[in-house]
Amino acid sequence: MQQSRLLAVLTAFVALALVASGCGVTRGSDDPNNRRLRMMIPNSPGGGYDLTGRAAATALEDNELTGRFEITNVLGASGTVAMQRLVNEEGADDLVMVMGLGVVGAVYTNGSEATPREMTPIARLVEEQEGILVPADSPFRTVDDLVAAWKEDPGSVTVGGGSSNGGPDHLFPMQLAAEVGIEPGEVNYISYDGGGPLTTALLGEKIDVGMSGLGEFEGQIADGTLRVLAVSGEERLDDVDAPTLTEAGVDLVFTNWRGVLAPPGISEEQRDYLVDLFTELHETDEWQAALESNGWTDNFATGEEFEDFLVEQDARVAETLEELGLA
Amino acid sequence: MDLLLDGFQTALAPENLLFAVIGVLLGTAVGVLPGIGPAMTLALLLPVALTMGADSAIIMFAGIYYGGMYGGSTTSILLNTPGESSSVVTAIEGNKMAKSGRAAQALATAAIGSFVAGTIGTVLLWVLVPTVADVVVELGAPSYFAILLLALFMVSTVLGASKLRGFIALFLGLTIGLIGTTTGQPRLTFGEPLLADGIDIVVVAVAIFAIGEALWVAAHLRRKPLEVIPVGQPWMSKEDWRRSWKPWLRGTAYGFPFGALPAGGAEVPTFLSYATEKKLSKHPEEFGKGAIEGVAGPEAANNASAAGTFVPLLTLGLPTTATAAIILVAIQSFGIQPGPLLLENEPDLVWGLLASLVVANLLLLVVNLPMAPLWAKVLQVPRPYLYAGILFFATLGAYSVNFQAFDVALLLVFGVLGLAMRRFGVPVLPLVVGVILGPKLEEQLTQALALSQGDVSTLWGEPVAVVVYVVMAVLLAAVLVAGLRRPTPADPEHSGRDEEKELVER
Repeated sequence: MQQSRLLAVLTAFVALALVASGCGVTRGSDDPNNRRLRMMIPNSPGGGYDLTGRAAATALEDNELTGRFEITNVLGASGTVAMQRLVNEEGADDLVMVMGLGVVGAVYTNGSEATPREMTPIARLVEEQEGILVPADSPFRTVDDLVAAWKEDPGSVTVGGGSSNGGPDHLFPMQLAAEVGIEPGEVNYISYDGGGPLTTALLGEKIDVGMSGLGEFEGQIADGTLRVLAVSGEERLDDVDAPTLTEAGVDLVFTNWRGVLAPPGISEEQRDYLVDLFTELHETDEWQAALESNGWTDNFATGEEFEDFLVEQDARVAETLEELGLA
Repeated sequence: MDLLLDGFQTALAPENLLFAVIGVLLGTAVGVLPGIGPAMTLALLLPVALTMGADSAIIMFAGIYYGGMYGGSTTSILLNTPGESSSVVTAIEGNKMAKSGRAAQALATAAIGSFVAGTIGTVLLWVLVPTVADVVVELGAPSYFAILLLALFMVSTVLGASKLRGFIALFLGLTIGLIGTTTGQPRLTFGEPLLADGIDIVVVAVAIFAIGEALWVAAHLRRKPLEVIPVGQPWMSKEDWRRSWKPWLRGTAYGFPFGALPAGGAEVPTFLSYATEKKLSKHPEEFGKGAIEGVAGPEAANNASAAGTFVPLLTLGLPTTATAAIILVAIQSFGIQPGPLLLENEPDLVWGLLASLVVANLLLLVVNLPMAPLWAKVLQVPRPYLYAGILFFATLGAYSVNFQAFDVALLLVFGVLGLAMRRFGVPVLPLVVGVILGPKLEEQLTQALALSQGDVSTLWGEPVAVVVYVVMAVLLAAVLVAGLRRPTPADPEHSGRDEEKELVER
């Protein structure tokens, strides 16, 4: 009696665990549109890659472009572990992985051999601009003020970011410094564990400048407790009253992008199938709505354009990190 | 006040009440399961939540968060398998209580303590949320460093009978905490990318507690027959109440401010509460053998900390825990802008949430309290099956932290360490403290020094830091004076052997 009760409890837990771990169910049809794909996400549930990947999978499923996705979060070393797994699955014709700029950097800082150049590029999906943030009563009113003080004594300006070495918030100030003529190695960069701690540091005026995507700072920007000196993209953001870096006189365009890769060594046919699939995704209303609600900028690209972009980004990241002695 | 009444109206609307019930049940379930925490559950539920109204979704999420804090204690107490890092301390006394037939009391004091702490915490929220200024962001790295140092100091005063063994355990823990590449340089990773992020505390704690114990029991199974665990009384006695209420209040006093601090968290207050209760207890000899204060205090602390988390979340839009970060993502997905203007722009949502926290707390008590005697019966399962179950849950927990088979291998390695620690009478609490506090201490120290460009005087440059150091000096003086007055009761070698003997006999 007691044993059977325990058994029942155990069974219930196992069932719950399976549900919680997000196991998908196959529709079991021969229709190619109901093909079952696996998606690998290189950070934890709720993170940027996760939100992008799950939004894409949901839009594809709801439009019956594919069967149910089997989504796995492969954590570790800022995406390096997931990249390694993608290499190990060479030739697998049912796997895609969400990745982006942070993963490109992490591959170098972790000295991994599973580089993005080895993989099969499928599509670039979204981008987010970086912003230069200061507390309300900071002496810096413009990018020029910041650059002047920074150049005079690079170490005295503390720069905070929400990512560790090799992540977008780290790469951006380094490239910005290099562009305005400061040795990146002299930048006093302080890494915070994401947007929350970074906001705390800015509000408490523990750091002089913060560099980060602006999504997590909307409230403070609207409220005036934080100011944006500039944004890093090609065009201004609709809801942020700040110039682009180029307008402010610094010749740098920097965006944090996310896209999709497939394992190396898949057939051309399979690659074309995946490229078509994500092109169709881009057309769906669900995807456009997801872009809107998450504040992502559409920068869809596939084929050669994405391939060239990936090579260019890889080289740029490698250069920055090598200069810092991190690659 | 009107706003609060409106809030209750929102929270008690039948639909929202239903979601609160679903939330607390789900939260309790994921809290019970080691490894799967409320943060992951919320993240996985995000897409579902977006199809519900903002009110309902946020209310359900709050229920899951509180529920997770309740549920975490259940496996800690019954199976010695802590599900979350904040219920690790609960396992130390809680499981001992369970072994001596007091599982129901341990579960009850945990549930009632959580209720008391959650309710006081929520009332504090009502008072603080409209008024709290930006005080919480004033604390910088030097202050956190001082606070963490104080925590380490307080815990090290309760190392156990043998100081030598206590320090061995502490340094083992600090060493495990070094693993990773957080400083930019890989340390003790042996070139393994899976070690780059360090080792999750849940994996370490579950291995040392549960696997270590299972191996220990297996190693002694043939030598002596196992006694059946006595059933004991199903409810808390008057004595239990008398010994629990003060730890509940003190735990709340530790937990709430730590939850409200951006870098506070739920683990540190549980340590502080445990150390305090052990010092203040009239029955210090029961600590390590199942003292009810050691369950009541830490469990109140972790729930109060969950309530505290809502202060920076609702007033500044600052998430201080992984779970709070996901709640924030959810708020944003509904097109609501979190941050300093949230209370002004969305008073209905905020007050609805605050009211629903009380409802969730009450629901949790109603759900959990009658369950305590039922859960306690799990321990009557014959030992071989019970330990098979423990091993199953431990493995499931270790795997579901990162969904990496590698963590299961780590679990076994640390399980062997746990067995060795038991064999040689090395206490486990200092090790766990080392794993959790070591990396935090280091992070705050490097951050403080980076900000000051290497100027050490920054460490006492914040008023809070100075106050903490003064407190520490006073405590240290008190310890020294007490030490002079009465000489140490037994020489460490001897008492250590006693401990070991006792462990062998168990």
